[in-house]
Order: sequence, then C-alpha cells, then structure tokens
Amino acid sequence: MIDSFREGVLVKPYTRLDTEQVKWLDQASLNILKDPGIWCYNERAAGLFKTHGAKVWEEKDKHSVCWRVSFPSGLIKEAVSHAPSRFVLGARTPENRLLLDAEVPRVYFGSGAEANIWIEMHMQEFVSADDNGIKCKVPRFEELRGNTTLLGRAARLCERLEHLDFFIRPLNIQDPDITPSNHDVNKFFASLNNMTKHVQAGLTTIDALKDVVRMGEIITGSPEALRENPLFSFIACVFKSPLQIVDDTAEKVFRIVETGLPLVISSSPQGGSSAPIQEPGMVAQINAEILAGITLTQLIRPGFPVLYGSVPVRARMDDLHDLYGCPEFNQYNIDCVQLARFYNIPSYSTAGVGDAKTPGMQATFEKLFTHFYMAMSGAQYIHYAFGLLDRTNSFCPVQAVLDNEQIGKIKHCLRQPKIDPDTIEDTLKTVKKVMASPYRLYARHVRKAMHAGDVSDPYRFEAKGLEDKVLENALNYMDRLEQEPALHLGPEIVDKIFKEVPGILPGLKQAG
Amino acid sequence: MDNKTLIEKIAFNIIQGRVEAEDEGFDEGYEGQPAVTELVKKAIDTGIDPKNIVIDGLTHAMEIVGDKFEREEYLIPDMLASAECVGIAMDIMSPHLLKAGVKSKGKFIIATVAGDLHDIGKNIVSIMIKGAGYEVIDLGADVPTSAIVQAVKENQASYLGLSALLTTTMWEMKEVINTLKTEGLDHQVKVFIGGAPTSKSFAEQIGADAHCKDAFEAIDALKRKRINSWRK
Repeated sequence: MIDSFREGVLVKPYTRLDTEQVKWLDQASLNILKDPGIWCYNERAAGLFKTHGAKVWEEKDKHSVCWRVSFPSGLIKEAVSHAPSRFVLGARTPENRLLLDAEVPRVYFGSGAEANIWIEMHMQEFVSADDNGIKCKVPRFEELRGNTTLLGRAARLCERLEHLDFFIRPLNIQDPDITPSNHDVNKFFASLNNMTKHVQAGLTTIDALKDVVRMGEIITGSPEALRENPLFSFIACVFKSPLQIVDDTAEKVFRIVETGLPLVISSSPQGGSSAPIQEPGMVAQINAEILAGITLTQLIRPGFPVLYGSVPVRARMDDLHDLYGCPEFNQYNIDCVQLARFYNIPSYSTAGVGDAKTPGMQATFEKLFTHFYMAMSGAQYIHYAFGLLDRTNSFCPVQAVLDNEQIGKIKHCLRQPKIDPDTIEDTLKTVKKVMASPYRLYARHVRKAMHAGDVSDPYRFEAKGLEDKVLENALNYMDRLEQEPALHLGPEIVDKIFKEVPGILPGLKQAG
Repeated sequence: MDNKTLIEKIAFNIIQGRVEAEDEGFDEGYEGQPAVTELVKKAIDTGIDPKNIVIDGLTHAMEIVGDKFEREEYLIPDMLASAECVGIAMDIMSPHLLKAGVKSKGKFIIATVAGDLHDIGKNIVSIMIKGAGYEVIDLGADVPTSAIVQAVKENQASYLGLSALLTTTMWEMKEVINTLKTEGLDHQVKVFIGGAPTSKSFAEQIGADAHCKDAFEAIDALKRKRINSWRK
C-alpha cells in the first residue's frame, strides 16, 4: 500500500476474551440494536437506516422529535463488512504516515482529549526550616487557560517526542478572539503548522469543514493529493450513551464521510451511569453504539475508512466522575480491541489517562497500568497517551515528556523477539569466541545490538544521588526539546492558507 | 601500503574496536577486512618501529575513543572493544618493545580476592588498564592472599588492584594490605580497591591507597597520580 510509514510496535496481542466470549458479546450488541434499538435524533440518519431495512418509528420527546430504530442483525453485519480493514492516515512527511491494518497488531500511540487547562511546571528552591544550609528544589504548578499559542507549543513539543506517532489536539483553544465559527480552522492550523505527523480532531461546527479541508488541500497541493495522503482525520462521538444518536454529530458524520477523509466513530459511555458497570453490559452496549455508528458511515458510503473508536470508562462511586487508571478501564478497553479485530476494523483505543492532578507517582502508576496493558492488546491506534492529567481536564507538557519515555520503554519491551536460525547461529559463534578469549567478557559483542537500537537505554530522567530528580530532569529535557526549531509549513503555503481560509488568528502567522 | 597508511589503519581499527578480521566494527561493512591483530603483525613484519606504532597508532586512537566517550557517542562496550584492541596490540609488540628498550607505564597486578568468584568488574578494569599502556598481570578470581603478595614481590609491581563483590569477602582486602606491610612491600606498591560493597571510607579504614568505583576512576587515578595515601 505504502513503503514508508511509522514503525510503531508490532506486538503479539494479549487476549482477555476467548472466541466464544467475543461472539456472545457480538450477539448481545446485535440484540440491543434490535431491541430496544436506538433513539435517533437525526432525521436524515433515521431515513437512511429505514431505506436499508431498519424498522423506524417516530416518537415525540418533551422537547424534540426522535426516531426509534430497530436494526435487523443482517443490516449491521452487512454494513460493517464493507468497512475497510486497511488504510493509511497521512502526514506532512511520508515517513510519518500511519499504516492501519486490522489484521496486523501494529500499535501507534498519540495524544488526545481537548483539555481546558495547560499545566506549566517550574522548579522552585526551598530552604529547610531546621537548617538553612539544606536546600531542595520542588516542582510547582501553574494552571493556564488553553489558547492557540499553547496548542501550537504542544504540537511543536509533540513533534519532537519520538514515541508519539500521531497528534490529537490535547488542548482546547479559548483565546478571546476564538468563536465557534473560527475554532476549527485555528485548532487545525495551530496543529498542522507545527506538526509533520498525522493530525486528528473533532469538528466544533460543521460549517468549518470546507475550510479545514481546503487547508489540507493547500498543504498537500490538490484535493486528490489530500485524499491520497489524508494528513488529518476526524473524530465523531455520534452516540450519546446510552444508545442515542445526536442530531448535529450525525450531520457531521454525513458531511465528513462525503469528504472521503477518514473518521473515528467513537463512543464513551460511563459504566455505572450511562452504561452498565459490569463488563458484559458495558462492552455489549458500547459495541452496539460503535457498530451502529459504523453502519451509518457505510450506508452513506460503502468502503469509507473508519476506525472503531472505544473510550469506555467507569464511574467513581464517591462522585460519579469518570475513573480512569482502574482495572475495569483496562478490561473494558481490551474487550473492545478484541471486538474491533473480530469485525476486521482498525481499533482506536485508549490509554495513559488517570486521575492524578500533577505529574508524580500516582500519574506514573495510572499511566503505566494502562499504557502497558493496552499496548499488549494490539490496538492499532491508542489515544489519550500523552500529557493528560486530572482525567482529561488538563494537559501538562512535562507529563507528555514523561509519557514519551514510558511509552518508548513499553514499545521496546513488546517488540517481537528476534529469534531465528540466523540469530541462533550468530549466538553460538559468539559464545565460542568469548569463551576462547582471555576475559570471557561479552561486552565487546554487545555493540552491534547496541548500535542497532536493540539495547534499551537507562531511564532518561534518573538522578545520580539520593534524590528524586525525575521531574526536574524531565523539565530540563523538555526545555532542550523546545529549543529545537519548529517544523513549520512553508511561507508560501501559509500565505495561501491565510488568503483562502478565513478566520485564522493573525498571531498564528506571526508565531510561524 | 606505506608505513603511515598502515599505522593509520591500525588506529582506525582500534577506534572501530576490531580485534580480528572476522570482527564487526562500530560501523558496518568491515567484516572480513584485516583488523588490529593482522595489521600490527604486518607492521612489525614490515619493520616499522614499534614506538611509532604505539605513539601514532595506539595512543592516538585511544585519545579519539576517549573523546567520543566524553561526547557520549561511544558507550562502555565501545571503549572496552578499543581497549581490548590496544591490549592485544601490546601483547604482539611486547617482545619488540622490550628489544627497543621501551618500558610499559608500570606493572599492575590485579585479582579478585580469596573466596570471591566474581570477575566481571575486575576484567573490565584489567582490559582498560592494559589498553591505557600498563603491563597487567591478571591473577584471576578467588586468589589467596599469599599468591597476591607473592606476585607483587616477584614482579616488583608498582600497582595492585583488588576486587570483591561480597560484604564477606571484602575483608580479605585488609588481609592483603596487612600482609604487604608485614612483608615490607607497602611502600613499593599502591593498592587500589573496587567492587560494589566497597567505598572510600572502607578504603581508608583498611589502609588502601585509593578506592575506584569503576575503571575510569582507576585510570584517572593512575594518569593524574592522584592516589591519596591514607596509610599512616
């Protein structure tokens, strides 16, 4: 399909469900879609479902009209079978493209969410109250409101994080001049002008779609070039759990599918409030919602490239907020990855988000717990993996740097073993050679593997003495990365974008 | 190939860390080409002055390797590979250097003390010190105190390196130092100690001349003559 793309990591998938359990969940989802079916608040979607054989009837809510839809199993199965198992997510540079293949467990990690808060970290020196000679540096945190400058900074930093494979805007832009109508063009421009990897985001307003697409066509050179190298794609949470298709998001799905640019159909029910908390109930429901969303895309345009997007979370029992970084989160998510594989559709999954408010031990625990487990699942596209804190409410660049290091180690750990007759023969030769040498030391023979990147490095932020300097070292490392030049779009392209795409803040051009 | 080119090739292969022709180097594509062993033998056969080989080939190459290590371009295995090349080159040239009246930087006896079989750290130090131009006499692991002291006496060694990896065996080092005193050898030889359970304070406690946490500290101490004597 393409010769050049990001390597990601090819894993041997760990499976939680056996084949029979996958089939039971599939059947349970189909049963849900038949009875009780779904509550569809978009007339066009309801009509399309009806045209293709669904049973549709109108129901009046207090404030709006709703169409109840009961899907025959055959309709869902037929539509889902048209979704491609393999497609490319493009990028400004060919080597940064992503090859998604439902049959190949190549795992990519990227950022995600649209946090309102940017957490800036500083180190501050403190003097002991008992002994003025004792000083220590402590991280201090400052909350900033997300804006276009900070989003551009996030993209620029993420460009330099070698284990980040794709960029979903991690920060909401709330500059005084940002309005719903220019929100999308600004967030896409701030991302694309600082990032040569794949960019993905949801749309705030459907009216902005044509401008965003035009921006992509200018960057790639033509409408055809953008479709061939879709350097951005979209996310649509078409379902409001439980089981309700949202009117305006359904409209966005229609319009995005018509552009031919890839789309994630994502659902994020919360176990304990908008979905059952027990594993079979949660997974059967989220799967039903995703299947219905994918069905919609395939009825609009058979063969349209779509990702199976699952973000199942659990409610905390003390306040009913989302609870990430808990065992159930992993269980729900890995089940969804297995279901996506069952349907032969690339999986957009979730890891690296937790409840910790600042970088530190809790954040590391929660992130490692999900980063590792979900990478083992073989999900093709894992989002939320960089920089998020306080669930999805904050983005912290230092945390993104820490996550990068952690994900690098995980990718290394899950690499396929290089054990074959050739490597065994090499090994036997080396053993003989070393045992015949005076010191019987293998160090010299480490070099080939070391320089090929097969030998992992120590933890990048370790301290030498009896101090925990991880955060300070990570901050220093981030500062170094931020000194590196931004990989902006060419000035002619930027000029053309500003000429043809209305609403982009002038400050973004100056920043470029 | 002229003499200058041959010496340059020796230096290049030391930097690449290639002992023999079949070795891979730091960079790819050198397998099968003559390496340090073959090239040094050829240089000797050609009649090149061994002093020139040492100065323009070995020493020059190790300076470059040291710079690369400082810049973190090279890691320990690269450094060891190059040091091993120098050690092997010195072995080949040793009789010729003797004939030419060239002496080594000094005799360095090294051993892991009695009761302790761990020798990785000791071997690394041994390779590096040999690579730095010292004549290393490696007695191996689990070496009785009497054998160590005997080797110091027989070889009139200037330096002794003792290694231990166990808290139980590290005290053998004190036995060695005490025996050296009893035999009147303590002013002849500087004693370096190393190994995971040892420390500067332990070195001071048992009367060693220096504690080295790794091979680099040992070479540094030798090079700069910064051995602090705590012996009364």
